Amino acid sequence: MTAIHYIQNIPFFSIFLAMFGGIVTPLFGNGKTAQKVNLIIVTLIGILSAMLLAYLWQKQESFTFMMGHFPAPWGNELRAGPLEALMALSFCCVMALTLIGGGRFVQNDVLPEKQNLYFVMMYLLFGSMLALIYTNDIFTAYVFLEINTIASCAIIMAKGTGESIVATLHYLIICLLGSGLFLIGISLLYGITGHLLMENIQQAILELVQTGEYAFAFAVVIGMIIIGISIKSAVFPFHFMLVSAHPAATPASSGILSGLVLKSFILLNIKMFYCVFTIDLIRSLKITNVLFLFGLIGMVVGSVCALKERRIKHMLAYSSAAQIGYIYMGLGLGNHEGMVAACFHILAHAVTKAMLFICTGGLMEASQGKDSIHSLRGAGHRNLIAGIGFTIGGLSMIGIPLTAGFVSKLYFATATIYSPQKMVITLLTLAVSMILNAMYFIPSAIAIWSPVDKNANRPKPSKAMQGAIGVFVALNIVLGVYYDPIIDMIEMGIGLLG
Amino acid sequence: MINEKKEKSKWRHFVDWVNGEEVIEKPERISFQKINKKILKKLFQKYIWSERKKAAFYLIMCTFVCVVFIGILLHTVSALPYFGSSTNPASNEVVQRYIESGVKETGATNIVTGMILEYRAFDTFGEANVLFLAAICVVMLLKKDKYNTTEKQKAEQEEEKAFDTEDENIILKRVANVLTPLLFLFGIYVVLNGHISPGGGFSGGAIMGAGLILYACVNGQQKAQRFFTYKTFLYMNVISLLTYCLLKGYSFFTGANHLPDIIPKGVPGELLSGGLILPLNICVGIIVMCTIYGFYALFTKGDI
Repeated sequence: MTAIHYIQNIPFFSIFLAMFGGIVTPLFGNGKTAQKVNLIIVTLIGILSAMLLAYLWQKQESFTFMMGHFPAPWGNELRAGPLEALMALSFCCVMALTLIGGGRFVQNDVLPEKQNLYFVMMYLLFGSMLALIYTNDIFTAYVFLEINTIASCAIIMAKGTGESIVATLHYLIICLLGSGLFLIGISLLYGITGHLLMENIQQAILELVQTGEYAFAFAVVIGMIIIGISIKSAVFPFHFMLVSAHPAATPASSGILSGLVLKSFILLNIKMFYCVFTIDLIRSLKITNVLFLFGLIGMVVGSVCALKERRIKHMLAYSSAAQIGYIYMGLGLGNHEGMVAACFHILAHAVTKAMLFICTGGLMEASQGKDSIHSLRGAGHRNLIAGIGFTIGGLSMIGIPLTAGFVSKLYFATATIYSPQKMVITLLTLAVSMILNAMYFIPSAIAIWSPVDKNANRPKPSKAMQGAIGVFVALNIVLGVYYDPIIDMIEMGIGLLG
Repeated sequence: MINEKKEKSKWRHFVDWVNGEEVIEKPERISFQKINKKILKKLFQKYIWSERKKAAFYLIMCTFVCVVFIGILLHTVSALPYFGSSTNPASNEVVQRYIESGVKETGATNIVTGMILEYRAFDTFGEANVLFLAAICVVMLLKKDKYNTTEKQKAEQEEEKAFDTEDENIILKRVANVLTPLLFLFGIYVVLNGHISPGGGFSGGAIMGAGLILYACVNGQQKAQRFFTYKTFLYMNVISLLTYCLLKGYSFFTGANHLPDIIPKGVPGELLSGGLILPLNICVGIIVMCTIYGFYALFTKGDI
């Protein structure tokens, strides 16, 4: 009998812990206990993921984990490498911090008798994101994508107001469009390859490409799967679902939605590129060019729309759309460096946007809950830590050195060297988009810090929120200064993927 | 100062813009434009791009997109391998092992059940979670609270409760009361025999759920609430899903680490066989039943 390899059990443990938490939470009487238990479980998963990351980074390897008694093409399988572990760790961090920081908004916005159900959604959402990160089987990916869709709709809806229900419907319709395309793509793919396990599909696809059989069906499949996942990650023409969803949801939901949920789909897309279709094939079919184009348009359009906005949450939603554009531009460059930059931007944006939403929640709370930038004047003085967090988040979005946003933009710019035909347009768009970012973030920062009479009522920000924003800021700066090891991990992870 | 009130200086505009009071989208406030944009827009909407034309355009585009999509999909389907042919890519070693050694390896004579609850149990765990999640979502959305019920609705429902005691549908009630236990028996049979005959947790659970719905439909929700309340719903759901999670967690753990499995497979074809499949089927059956009935109750009355 072989010794148990506990480290290799970590992906399985993390997914099951998250699911387990979700299943028992309805039994807790109130939201506060649910939140505490949630925090403990997320922290536990975070520690496990950190151990996994340290182990894999040292060993420089990835492994597959058999789910059950039967080996892979027959049973299910998980796969973990440095990239997966890094993403799981950062998802845990962002999840925990967002829930600590946004806990009070949840308590205020969601009805007390339904708060524990809100945390059920959070757990299952988190479990499904972990499963999407670790899965090595496209059907498992679909099942957890379904959980992800329902849970993300539920966290938007949790507020229970009319506005949030309309926003949920909008979000649901677009999400279902994406899931539907993905499902049709999977079933057609199974029809022509006969496999669901990523590695086996890849082999079958390579054979198909050589023989030229089912060429049209294959083109349809690849289009549907990639477009389906891209729609779910709110790429340019479909970013409107964010604009209705973010203002209507409670800040914690917005942070998770923009920071993590969209990212989990992008990671799935990267997995599809490397583990299923192979990057060479994607490049030769010009799919990268399409994504590149939509990414670029999204960057500019998102920023321009954000510039026009006078309500701060709408502005942040459009800014999210622009940042998703950055990531797709990185994927669309089609080279290794572009992917690395995109993965780093996933981290940078997750850390920054979740913080921005929490801070915005705090600032709005200090301004009688109004959301126009005008009414937020002087809010920074009333809620100091949220103001600082918002300013640093804004600087990071613009790409000021020492913040996380700077590093990803630097790597995007260097990645263009390896794709000379896309170089000029990428650099130009990057520059334009950065200027646009500055044009909408700086005025709002000035508005927040503009002096007003200090006798106005100031709600005391909770200690939890102050702590969470402090850690967020620290994380942002750590990502912006000590980025070398993280880039190393991402490079190794992507190298091991395909 | 009076001047400034009438026409703002450029600096003033800038300050307003910084404060978020003004958007640069409205350039008519900054530059001195002679043409009134509003009238232009109105004329444009009236003669060139009216609402009707807009609607027609959307309709045409929708039809166009749908037709193109249908065409592409039909063409793709026609190019797919012929259904059921032995040379299909899908008839490979995966399916071969399921069919040839499925009974031996899982202990279930129903290969489909063996596949979903043993070979690919992780996916089924996900599906069971989808059901649970959907039920919880509907509870979150529709369970009566101060946002989704007005005072008037509350009063009406109270009134209904008071009058909802006896009515004339005696035949319906008698037949339904005979049918409900039969439906339950049949559902339990399907669930318990899931591994040796067609059926299983999903189909059996749906039958039991239908029985519950029939009972509640005919006898009123109050009578159903005597034995099936929100608490029962929650506890049954949570306990079955928890059992599933723990059993399967154990099974995954032993399987992946090559530990000896102490659960006997039994003789294929007998009721107590198939290892974990029977308890898992029961769990899935209970989850499906609760979910189906929960949907019905929440959508009709907003409470279970």
